[in-house]
Amino acid sequence: MSEQPKFKVTIDNITIEVPAGTTILNAARMVGGEVTPPAMCYYSKLEGSGGKCRTCLVEVSKGSEKDPRPMPKLVASCRTTVMDGMEVKNITSEKVLDARKGVVEMLLINHPLDCPVCDQAGECHLQDLSYEHGTSGTRYEFDRRTFEKEDIGDYISLHMTRCILCYRCVFTAEQLTQRREHGILERGDHAEISTLLGKSLDNEFIGNVIDVCPVGALTDKTFRFKNRVWFTKPVDAHCSCTKCSGKVRLWMRGDEVFRVTARKDKWGEVEEFICNDCRFHRKSVSDWTIEGPSKIDRHSVISQGHYVGTKKQPVYIDKVIGKDPKLLMDIHKVSDVNRQEIELSKIDGPAHSDDFKKDR
Amino acid sequence: MKVLLEHAHVEGIRYYDTYRKNGGYRAVEKAFKMTPDEIVEEVKKSGLRGRGGAGFPTGMKWSFLAKPEGVPRHLVCNADESEPGTFKDRYLMEFLPHLLIEGLIVSSFALGSNATYIYIRGEYAWIVDILEQAIAEAKNNGWLGKNILNTGFDCEIYVQRGGGAYICGEETALIESLEGKRGNPRIKPPFPAIQGVWMRPTVVNNVETLAAVVPILNMGGEEYAKIGVGKSTGTKLLSVCGNVNKPGVYEIDMTQSVEEFIFSDEYCGGIPKGKRLKASIPGGSSVPIVPANLLLKTAKGETRYMNYESLADGGFATGTMMGSGGFIVMDEDQCVVRHTMTLARFYNHESCGQCSPCREGTGWMYKILKNIEYGKGKMSDIDLLWDIQRKIEGNTICPLGDAAAWPVAAAIRHFRDEFEWHVLNPDESQRRNFGLAHYADPIHVPTTA
Ligand SMILES: Cc1cc2nc3c(=O)[nH]c(=O)nc-3n(C[C@H](O)[C@H](O)[C@H](O)COP(=O)(O)O)c2cc1C
Ligand code: SF4
Ligand code: SF4
Ligand code: FES
Repeated sequence: MSEQPKFKVTIDNITIEVPAGTTILNAARMVGGEVTPPAMCYYSKLEGSGGKCRTCLVEVSKGSEKDPRPMPKLVASCRTTVMDGMEVKNITSEKVLDARKGVVEMLLINHPLDCPVCDQAGECHLQDLSYEHGTSGTRYEFDRRTFEKEDIGDYISLHMTRCILCYRCVFTAEQLTQRREHGILERGDHAEISTLLGKSLDNEFIGNVIDVCPVGALTDKTFRFKNRVWFTKPVDAHCSCTKCSGKVRLWMRGDEVFRVTARKDKWGEVEEFICNDCRFHRKSVSDWTIEGPSKIDRHSVISQGHYVGTKKQPVYIDKVIGKDPKLLMDIHKVSDVNRQEIELSKIDGPAHSDDFKKDR
Repeated sequence: MKVLLEHAHVEGIRYYDTYRKNGGYRAVEKAFKMTPDEIVEEVKKSGLRGRGGAGFPTGMKWSFLAKPEGVPRHLVCNADESEPGTFKDRYLMEFLPHLLIEGLIVSSFALGSNATYIYIRGEYAWIVDILEQAIAEAKNNGWLGKNILNTGFDCEIYVQRGGGAYICGEETALIESLEGKRGNPRIKPPFPAIQGVWMRPTVVNNVETLAAVVPILNMGGEEYAKIGVGKSTGTKLLSVCGNVNKPGVYEIDMTQSVEEFIFSDEYCGGIPKGKRLKASIPGGSSVPIVPANLLLKTAKGETRYMNYESLADGGFATGTMMGSGGFIVMDEDQCVVRHTMTLARFYNHESCGQCSPCREGTGWMYKILKNIEYGKGKMSDIDLLWDIQRKIEGNTICPLGDAAAWPVAAAIRHFRDEFEWHVLNPDESQRRNFGLAHYADPIHVPTTA
């Protein structure tokens, strides 16, 4: 068997070798750090995903060694494969940063921004995205789009107003379940996730749509309003499940299991999909064999909680653009939850405004 | 010069017998004496460019078609014609259905498509009947079906009605829709020439493009290329609407000046009620609007002609595009802000909603334009509009995003004073139009009576 050819690709002045057929995004993920474009719709485990949200746009300043012409438009890095000798600009391109700002703004203009009452807050990719790539204000002065509330069953709650139409849940249902029962109705800015004639979603693996949803459009009804994710402690556990691998992540406070999810990697992607039984019905510690605290190394709001074993992403920004951006205020520094010496399960209430006044 | 519409006014030309008597199906007879590659070569020589909007050379497109062993290939005729201002394909299919069928048979043979599809705009319901009748007639006379004229070539033509979405005119959305799926444009590559309908190699061409294959075969590619000028070869159908005396469908050989086209009696017949020309969108709603002075003359002061190159002269700064040939004329009473709002509303409504900039940006632009039009606009809104269109353009999956951005960009570029006047005179702008400003000067005096 011939060895798979390797292509050299340079992303923001960092050169690596990747197997032919790798997308720019995945090559950038191999580099890691800030040179990795944000991805709101691409999901490596879902075939056909990507290309839609446009947050991962990058500039190809050199097509390849053979054809060095730059690509005329910004391209979606998640759907563009690297060529040998390709040169890509992500955070070193003004054009990309400007376009990305535009995309983030577009994603937010009709978003309800109801984070204070949204169960996804803290682990929401849209929060991360706007924190890292957005602007502080909005130029949108119109009523935000709303949808009729739709009940899709006892386990999953759908908040269409929060949906960014990434299509991940549609691909998940299509690729994981026998028959997809939900999809996208209508088009344009009134397109919505819906089930056929308001049917509820019940399929042994449908719970996974909660985990793939980057925002709070699909959330776990059995966890609804029970706790904020940053007050719960992620613990890896397994059980001998007949339907799935049984490898899950428990979100606990003390001995109480608040929520069960699949384990996610550092890009926020599910490692192994889990079944509904594990997710919704095994909510007691005795159902599980606990392996130990989860390692969370996603550069997200949730990772700032300094959970055990948190790994920082490599930092390249000064190397790449020659300056070190400064945060005006790091919200994570002022809450008890984020102090390493404090055992999370010992914190007994949500952060109080007094916490922020303490001189730290 | 009439090539496509030569027999359009012959009584009964819609039916097979009359069409055949007037020289119909000669191109098929000729084609079967050639090899498929020779036909492709003829089309290449003709210089024919796609009539669906982008103007891509047809012969080149055909030569890109992948031909893997044992995999069927398909030809798809794009009859979705939903671009505001464009209604030339409708005319062609309604009055000369056999011309399209003949072109389809020749092209199918050239490309090796045994199953060819016409994807037609859903609202053109009655034309479906016309086409199906023409297909039945062609079949009864041995031009379609199995082993056509004993050549061993099989071909069927199927008509598929769309569900009423402009986006299904975009070739990959069309393919998805044809497959029975939601009409979302695909992410390219792969291009249809490699993976199209049912992942098989596919060519998608416009109705007019495929009809033009008939005269190309009849007269030969080289002869056809002699019609027209430069890279704008052959004849082009234009559908004219708006403030002209004679709206309708015209066939031109692209040598006419824009002025002649608008004001001569042979074509549009000038502007009604002695009004003056203000602006035009010369190629269907997606192309940039240009004010009268830049429509009639290029920025260099040269006469502008009705062809691909001349209309595009000056790029988007001072030029526009031939597009799909939907020629929209506006007189001095027309309000550019209102027209831009209407177009923004159209694109907002027709966006498929897959990519964030187009899904959200089109609606945002429409809302701002509505405010400006109805006297609630702010000066900063104009710059905001500019910035939004800039963030949509080039950053989307399919060209609908660009098509939504360009009209807004061009309107602001050329008619900014009119937008500002709306903002500054919110009450007055509700009662009267801005009329003509400096951009229509020097004011054109029609030479014809
Ligand atoms: C939003 C959108 C709508 C389109 N609608 C049509 C259409 O109605 N008819 C058409 O022939 N081409 C349409 N096109 C162009 C097609 O994508 C494609 O370029 C064309 O069918 C190719 O045919 P041609 O090479 O013969 O021009 C549209 C493109 C876009 C982006
Ligand atoms: S519900 Fe969530 S996963 Fe599904 S399309 Fe919307 S944002 Fe994406
Ligand atoms: S540009 Fe608009 S119409 Fe085209 S794929 Fe994106 S959302 Fe759909
Ligand atoms: S992640 Fe690439 S377009 Fe959404």
